[in-house]
Amino acid sequence: MTTFSDTAFLVVATLVKITIVLVALLTVVAYLSWLERKVIAHIQSRWGPYRVGPHGLLQPLADGIKFLFKEDIVPLEADRLIYLLAPFLGFTLAFLSIAVIPFGTSFQLLGRTVWLQITNLDVGLLFVFAVTSLGVYSIALAGWSSNSKYPLFGSLRSSAQMISYELSLALAVIGVIMISGSLSLRDIVEYQQAHGLWNIVKQPIGFLVYFTAAIAETNRVPFDLPEGETELVGGFHTEYSSLKFAMFFMAEYTNMVTVSCLATILFFGGWLGPVFGPAWMQVLLPVFWFCAKVFCFLFFYIWMRGTLPRFRYDQLMSFGWKVLLPVGLLNILVTSLIITWRQG
Amino acid sequence: MAILFYIFGAVAIIAALNVVLQRHPVYSALSLIVVLCAIAGEYLLLNAEFIAVIQVIVYAGAIMVLFVLVIMLLNAGEEVPSSRSRVTRWLGAPLLAAFLAEMLYVIWRYAPMITNVTWESPFGGPKAIGRLLFNIYVLPFELTSLLILVAILGAVVLAKKQL
Repeated sequence: MTTFSDTAFLVVATLVKITIVLVALLTVVAYLSWLERKVIAHIQSRWGPYRVGPHGLLQPLADGIKFLFKEDIVPLEADRLIYLLAPFLGFTLAFLSIAVIPFGTSFQLLGRTVWLQITNLDVGLLFVFAVTSLGVYSIALAGWSSNSKYPLFGSLRSSAQMISYELSLALAVIGVIMISGSLSLRDIVEYQQAHGLWNIVKQPIGFLVYFTAAIAETNRVPFDLPEGETELVGGFHTEYSSLKFAMFFMAEYTNMVTVSCLATILFFGGWLGPVFGPAWMQVLLPVFWFCAKVFCFLFFYIWMRGTLPRFRYDQLMSFGWKVLLPVGLLNILVTSLIITWRQG
Repeated sequence: MAILFYIFGAVAIIAALNVVLQRHPVYSALSLIVVLCAIAGEYLLLNAEFIAVIQVIVYAGAIMVLFVLVIMLLNAGEEVPSSRSRVTRWLGAPLLAAFLAEMLYVIWRYAPMITNVTWESPFGGPKAIGRLLFNIYVLPFELTSLLILVAILGAVVLAKKQL
């Protein structure tokens, strides 16, 4: 009987967690677009969205309604099945990786421990990489199935870029995995808690490589060549309209959030921060610290977009393979040497 | 657990058939990705989560991406059935049947019974795999990586010949 109620509790708790996380994530993604327009506008001495609601705060809603009512166009010569599949794939995969992200510590409910994380996988970090590596298909297939020149070029560029930078992304975090001795994201944060030091202190080069590769992986400025408007119209999603375009859009922003969450967990102590006050504050403050750190990264993303010009495509590829990859490898070598030296 | 195992197995087999039956190379490649992911699901059910994730990263996420990109770049269209020679028409089906019978016999004879499979055995975690790879199998492991390195260098030399 106890085992059944345990299972029931687990199922209900997980469902509640999934619902909360999904709703929160969708809201964040919607308002990230508002934030981006607002921040970019202020960087360029403009006001940005101002008409819909106070300070344009209802703009994401208006955008959503607009996307819903736009005509959904499928090109005549498109491969219909794959054309439909691609945005769904990108959207689903983008939301999948949030499942292993820990947002805070645990609390007691009805005598059971509830962690603020949908699920804790032993290989959580690899799970995120597996999901992002599948994300390439969404872009490659979208460009191919549109049966149109610009999307094809855009998707080829995009896929090549993502494959190249995925390598550096994975290499950059190996240092963190080696020093914390685990692939579980929760364990990595707890390691930093136990040692009272954020990993950024021990792995500064790893972090730089990670974040550079992450920006390229999410196709953002200054590595947003797949969407270079001046030469490619709109990149892989040129032919998409209405809700399908919105799905690509949301997938891109969700990937930004995921990458920022990972950066926070791996290098900046996740939910760690000063915690005080009564029991409910003890639970909520770590979540607040986590969200604050993620917000800093997201703001940095937007700031970069307002500041930096775009790379040239060959520069981008040679930077990835000839600078980022060797530096990442060197970082692993030095880290493992130091670990062996301190143990021996 | 057993039900999920059969579901993943069915998905893998149907997708594998689809790989062969589809006329369009892109559809075949996509079906192959489904096969790989379904097998990763089976690994996951056997508590081999590390192998499951690596299966998705390496096969579905890296190798198949290359396949799909090559198919896209070559702009391969629908396959047209060639006028088959008489030999394939008469020998194809019996050879396939013989092969399947042989496989069935070997599986029937040597594979362990389903009752021997434990769902909970923790042999597929990163630590267990790492211990095995770097203790008992360290020589084959390193030799394989050397082989892959040689292959990569060979590919670079062949591709950059004219530079």
